[in-house]
Amino acid sequence: MKNSSIKTVVAIGIGAALFFVLGRFVAIPSGIPNTNISLQYAILGMLAALYGPVAGGLNGFIGHTLIDLSWGGSPWWSWVIASAFVGVVVGLFAKKLNVSEGTFGKKEIITFAIANVVANVIAWIGIAPALDVLIYAEPYSKVIAQGAMAAVANSLTAVIVGALLLVAYTKTIAKQGSLDKE
Amino acid sequence: MAAHTVLNYLPRKSVVHELTGATKLAFFLLFTFASMITYDTRVLVLLMAVSFSAFRLSRIRLREVRFMLVFMLVFLLLNNFFIFLFNPDQGTEIYGTRHVLVHLFWRYDVTAEQLFYMLNISLKYFVALPVAILFISATNPSEFAASLNRIGISYRVGYSVSIALRYIPDIQRDYHNISQAQQARGVELGKKEKLLARLKNSVNILMPLIISSLSRIDTISNAMELRGFGKDKRKRTWYVQRPFKRNDWLAIALGALLLAVSLATTLWNGSRFYNPFR
Amino acid sequence: MSEPIISFKNFSFQYRAQKKPTLHDINLDIYPGERVLIVGPSGSGKSTLASCINGLIPFGYPGKCEGSLTVDGVDAPHAGIFELSRHVGTVLQDPDGQFIGLTVAEDIAFALENDCTPQKEMHVITARVAEMVGVENHLDYAPHELSGGQKQRVSLAGVMVDNVKILLFDEPLANLDPATGKQAIELIDEIQQKSDTTVLIIEHRLEDVLWRRVDRIVLVNEGRILADMRPDELLSGKLLAENGIREPLYVTALRYAGVAITPEKRPSHVDSLALEEKDVQRVREWYSQRAPETDKPDKPPLLEVENLCFGYTKERRTLENVSFAIRKGEMVSIVGRNGAGKSTLSKLICGFETPDSGTLRLEGRDIGGDSIRERASRIGYVMQNPNQMISKTMIFDEVALGVSRMGLSQEEVTARVEDTLRVCGLYPFRNWPISALSFGQKKRVTIASVLVMGPELIILDEPTAGQDFKRYTEIMEFLRELNAKGVTVLMITHDMHLMLEYTPRALVFSEGRLIADQSAASVLCDPELIARAALKETSLFTLANRCGIAPPERFVERFIEYDREVRSHGGPYGA
Repeated sequence: MKNSSIKTVVAIGIGAALFFVLGRFVAIPSGIPNTNISLQYAILGMLAALYGPVAGGLNGFIGHTLIDLSWGGSPWWSWVIASAFVGVVVGLFAKKLNVSEGTFGKKEIITFAIANVVANVIAWIGIAPALDVLIYAEPYSKVIAQGAMAAVANSLTAVIVGALLLVAYTKTIAKQGSLDKE
Repeated sequence: MAAHTVLNYLPRKSVVHELTGATKLAFFLLFTFASMITYDTRVLVLLMAVSFSAFRLSRIRLREVRFMLVFMLVFLLLNNFFIFLFNPDQGTEIYGTRHVLVHLFWRYDVTAEQLFYMLNISLKYFVALPVAILFISATNPSEFAASLNRIGISYRVGYSVSIALRYIPDIQRDYHNISQAQQARGVELGKKEKLLARLKNSVNILMPLIISSLSRIDTISNAMELRGFGKDKRKRTWYVQRPFKRNDWLAIALGALLLAVSLATTLWNGSRFYNPFR
Repeated sequence: MSEPIISFKNFSFQYRAQKKPTLHDINLDIYPGERVLIVGPSGSGKSTLASCINGLIPFGYPGKCEGSLTVDGVDAPHAGIFELSRHVGTVLQDPDGQFIGLTVAEDIAFALENDCTPQKEMHVITARVAEMVGVENHLDYAPHELSGGQKQRVSLAGVMVDNVKILLFDEPLANLDPATGKQAIELIDEIQQKSDTTVLIIEHRLEDVLWRRVDRIVLVNEGRILADMRPDELLSGKLLAENGIREPLYVTALRYAGVAITPEKRPSHVDSLALEEKDVQRVREWYSQRAPETDKPDKPPLLEVENLCFGYTKERRTLENVSFAIRKGEMVSIVGRNGAGKSTLSKLICGFETPDSGTLRLEGRDIGGDSIRERASRIGYVMQNPNQMISKTMIFDEVALGVSRMGLSQEEVTARVEDTLRVCGLYPFRNWPISALSFGQKKRVTIASVLVMGPELIILDEPTAGQDFKRYTEIMEFLRELNAKGVTVLMITHDMHLMLEYTPRALVFSEGRLIADQSAASVLCDPELIARAALKETSLFTLANRCGIAPPERFVERFIEYDREVRSHGGPYGA
């Protein structure tokens, strides 16, 4: 295959840029006031499934940090770390999903969904609130409520949008395997 | 939109701008940790004094960063509101006493402890804000990668950051064009559609965006490989890197000192909080 | 002659994913200091050949090599990309993909950074090379502040820092406006002389490359070398046309006039062309046989644009007071340099952006208040890159996307989609995955996905960018058919051939203003207009002048007309 370490460097950079653009400029109203659907977690899930845990983790970390910096504040580290965690966990399933082989059937969709739900639930109901309390001494009930909302919204986005993207993507690469000229 | 407007870089001549990127990054991180650890009002005021003077030194004017300030103020207000909403007695839990100033309704009392706790939380924001703004606005984005590398992070990761900054404007433009063309075909992400439809519609925009981004990844990695990226496993030099001067060492020493103060007071007090109520 | 610097001996290559080799038994020697042009249609193997030289093959794209390839004394298939990059500098086609640095200076220095060059030395080399390619005043510019031509200069500088002996250009003209393309060829010429390198250019736009001296042309098709000779010799034969490469227009015109092309006539450049008196006579005679001009009745206007002004920021106007009218059934080109406001104009017409002032009328009705969606059912917009438009995996679904949201019944949707697919010649493929289609077919799918909404007008952004002659002809003939069926067509293009051959009328933009609205042939015979709008004059204009034919635009029109006739009968190019 290609020199994979260069490709990973580039995939992290472009992935973070995608994460940034979707997180910073694209607001899809979720129906709940002041809360938007974060499409970037669908892309994060997809890229992590394609490029593995290291790329996934750094993708989330860099993308989220850049978003926070661009708003002007200090990065909200607890959530940045949670984003990175999501990328790592979904990335750990990359081998199992084997997206580059071009089959993404029911079994893979279920695996992908489980990976994303597990990752998002631990990240937003476990890691982010724990760090919020630890670092910022915020009230436990508040951070759990925020985290639960993020967990539900991000899992839904990642599973629905992420899986649809992967299904479509594998279809586009599958047919290129047969390159025989006619 | 340019890379330097993504992060609002404001070039000019000042002591802060002349510090190397690595110094600013290191100072930013040391300072952030210092302000994260402590809740001691006195230390926070000291940190605030440092960060506000640094801001003065940078010769960046307030109105240039007004957008960021307004955004953070709104965020701060909202966050304070939610803290009060979810737990009006967080202050009491921390400081152990309860001085009611005004009773509102049900469990909602305004207590001195809560106000003091929220004051501290707000202070923490304000302490960190100027340093964060400085880090963004007084550092040339070109220096980010080299700076990360200098503080010990692999140059590959540093370069990923650089690539992200380089291609954000391109990807933003792609997204814009793709979503316009899809809108013409009736693909809406707005409130007109139901939530599930919005999610499905987003796939129609994300798919072309991802396919073109993946082919971009191929082109860029080919171009980088053809020009020898990764030749040396451990190091590479940087066109933009600047040598450390006296001020750089001073700034880093100051950052380290502040972190030490913050740590020391926390250990000395046996708690992160300064408690005026006992 | 000295030792060859590049030497293929019985060389074959087969990609791992493919069943047959892409390159068969290549034998090719290139000598130091030569300038070699490699031509061939898409899929001929010319890019694969180039990738073997710079090492992307087999190290980036794995496969099986047979025979031997030596590049500057290096055993290429066994050396590695890094080793080869010291000898070969590659300028890729995509100007944004290879501009990796955040600024010009960083991008030029990229290879030096990777080599761990000390910073002082790096600054010296960067400054020197930047001056060589003429970007020394833009060292701290970000990529988006540069034009396409400047980006290409930076890419060239970025490979020159290594003191390479071989420069390899992969379709250097693909993304440039005509005037910039001309400058790019001049720059390559200049750099080759200054640095004494060996230059390889891969292009299918033969006439544009021949603007400056080329020592040899290597014609590749079906993975084999079909010709390897001096330009004058190759142009005298028929091999180019037979293999889907477009000859220079003046050469074709001479052939039509019955002038025999021989190497002695030096046909490789229109200025060097040696025409005898009897040749000139022949050309004149051919010209005089033209059909008398016929006045076509004017149809009523479809789209009227009046005093349109627009700026993305308050300080700078992108469009200034633009007025014109497009009649029903017309096919019109919009030309001008990048940033002249062409794309912005189409965005305003489609409603993606809102004008600051001015009116837009469709069949007499003001459409200023219509939403994007409402306009889309009457005005279709086709983006340059089909991959940025296609969001479904199956052809039927992609075409159905727009109509399925119009509140029609399932049967109506199916009927409409199938009708459109028939019109576009895609019906037999309706259940195919889009990924199995060629670029030209994908383009058709995107056009179909817009046509299905039933527009009277479609706007296409660079419909044929980067396509070889065969695909270009496919796409353009399809558009012409649509046009004949009553769809009005507006095209933004950098391709002067396209503008001449397919659009009788051209709108010329420069710095946000409409500076000309006249026949395409007359635009390309007006040197002042050409300079202002960064276009390139057609060699037919030069030929007409050399033969003393006036006005030259009539000669150009005669050529287009005749050429159409020949080609529609499956002439030398086929269709």
